[in-house]
Amino acid sequence: MLLRGSHVIGEAAMRAGCRFYFGYPITPQNELTEYMANGMAALPDGVFIQAESELAAINMVLGVSMTGKRAMTSSSSPGISLKQEGISFLAAQELPAVIVNTMRGGPGLGNIAPAQGDYLQATRGGGHGDYRTIVLAPGTGQELAELTRKAFEYADRYRIPVIILGDGMMGQMMEPVEFPEPIDPASLPLKPWVLDGAKGRPSRILKSLILDTSAMEEHNWKLYRKYQIIGDEIPEVERFLTDDAQLVLLAYGTASRIAKGAIKRVREMGLKVGLLRPKTLWPFPKKSLLEMSRRVSDFLVFEMNTGQMLEDVKLSLEGRRRVHFYGRPGGIISTPDEIAKVINNIYFKEGLESEE
Amino acid sequence: MKQVFGRTESLKDTAFHYCPGCGHSIIHRLVAETIDELNIKEKVIGVPPAGCAVLAYNYFDIDMGEAPHGRGAAVATGLKRSLPDRVVFTYQGDGDIAAIGTAETIHAANRGEKITAIFVNNGVYGMTGGQMAPTTIVGQISTTTPGGRNPDRDGIPIDLSEMLALANGSVYIERTSVDSPKNIIKTKKAIKKAFQVQMAGLGFSLVEILSPCPTNLKMSPVQASEWVSSTMTTQFPLKVIKDEAGNLGAAPPSE
Repeated sequence: MLLRGSHVIGEAAMRAGCRFYFGYPITPQNELTEYMANGMAALPDGVFIQAESELAAINMVLGVSMTGKRAMTSSSSPGISLKQEGISFLAAQELPAVIVNTMRGGPGLGNIAPAQGDYLQATRGGGHGDYRTIVLAPGTGQELAELTRKAFEYADRYRIPVIILGDGMMGQMMEPVEFPEPIDPASLPLKPWVLDGAKGRPSRILKSLILDTSAMEEHNWKLYRKYQIIGDEIPEVERFLTDDAQLVLLAYGTASRIAKGAIKRVREMGLKVGLLRPKTLWPFPKKSLLEMSRRVSDFLVFEMNTGQMLEDVKLSLEGRRRVHFYGRPGGIISTPDEIAKVINNIYFKEGLESEE
Repeated sequence: MKQVFGRTESLKDTAFHYCPGCGHSIIHRLVAETIDELNIKEKVIGVPPAGCAVLAYNYFDIDMGEAPHGRGAAVATGLKRSLPDRVVFTYQGDGDIAAIGTAETIHAANRGEKITAIFVNNGVYGMTGGQMAPTTIVGQISTTTPGGRNPDRDGIPIDLSEMLALANGSVYIERTSVDSPKNIIKTKKAIKKAFQVQMAGLGFSLVEILSPCPTNLKMSPVQASEWVSSTMTTQFPLKVIKDEAGNLGAAPPSE
């Protein structure tokens, strides 16, 4: 199927057994909300509500999630800020949910052009309290489909909110996509913790208020231990022309596509350059990066912001390798030629070895 | 010996933490009795608020899911849309429902969500120590209106229930009080009817219950109840604000 990115996410969500979508209009992600309005209406058990606010939408997700069913909401940067209250509660109550952020330029209202300024918000929890969310960064239309499916699986497996981090360009771009077979929601395993009326069992509570400080500490450590497990189990990367690379770029999402174009150009000039593309931003694929750093002396982080994933790269490498950065915030989309020039500059300045 | 009074099934065997003279304990009891009488203990899901009743799940022996402050109606919407044959209610204070959660409440009512809101109005932010609430009456002293609520500075109390009655999707809205045995019985009937409206699939129902807060009013329990009767009801008159339930009102009482 040839579909635009926003529609791919929507289609993949419904095929993942999601029957509940709550959203609020905001550009550049309205196509997803509209796709869900149509899609849910066509499903006998589909529920779509255009909520009165982002706050309401995420809390409707919270309510559905308490009953154990797959639910999703989506928005763009300013709307995602509003959802952070609910995301913190989802994280605290260990409830699954999928939240799509089609990032735009910011801060504030910013603009509606593609940007990556929400990396830190997404990967550091984003709301109040000591928590994390899984953050997936698809790079192609096909991956939008695959990672949306995975987002629901991870959310259920780890009882955690999962963020799909895209941008307006990915949302609009049309690419051919093959979808996995649809899942019947009734076939999903029952969750033992849901609220559904205490029929023939003791009543249950889903809550985040833990007034006892020792119990609160233990809850924080419990979440921490879960995050450690997730950190071991799900980091995912794509390696592009890295086998002989002297300089490795790090970029995700739309930036990674531009990076690939630049790498192809400099490869033609004999420069040994590759790309390490995180598909999971949290957990950050630290092991893959460290592995690569045994051989590679120079890394170039390219983002559509002023340097956010840069922090994770530096934290992972702990000063052992040179880390360069190039970024354009504000919705500016760099061209492959522009990045090729940056690569050239670094490559020769650092005296890296090229092919004859 | 004939038993004339007993513990309700839908309350746990736990002592309430509420202050002496607080209306929450009575209202909890009334909601629990209603759940028992309607025989819905195994199909009801409650949404407690942020506020003094935040620990409601320690007392109700039913499934309960905590909402962020004010978002009860949105969480209840999700629960109910997911499980349309269950009975879903929110239990909210005046700050929760009439200040921070106004938007969620009005839109849930307007959509005609088949949920029930138990709105406990005590005219003050109790749990946080007695600040001005959206329902604090003019002249009432609170920790943030030390000279009394001043309409020029603070606005006048909000009549949320009357506002909700304008919403097309609301079916039954009544304001009652727990200031006297007579009004407590009326409150029970109103709560029961509100649940029945939901169970009949008619739309949004809400009972606003005026409730004394002796601690923050700095009164004795008796004085606080008298204040509700004499002063609070002048701002918030006790009445059926909206009733489009039709024949349901004639449903046989189970007493």
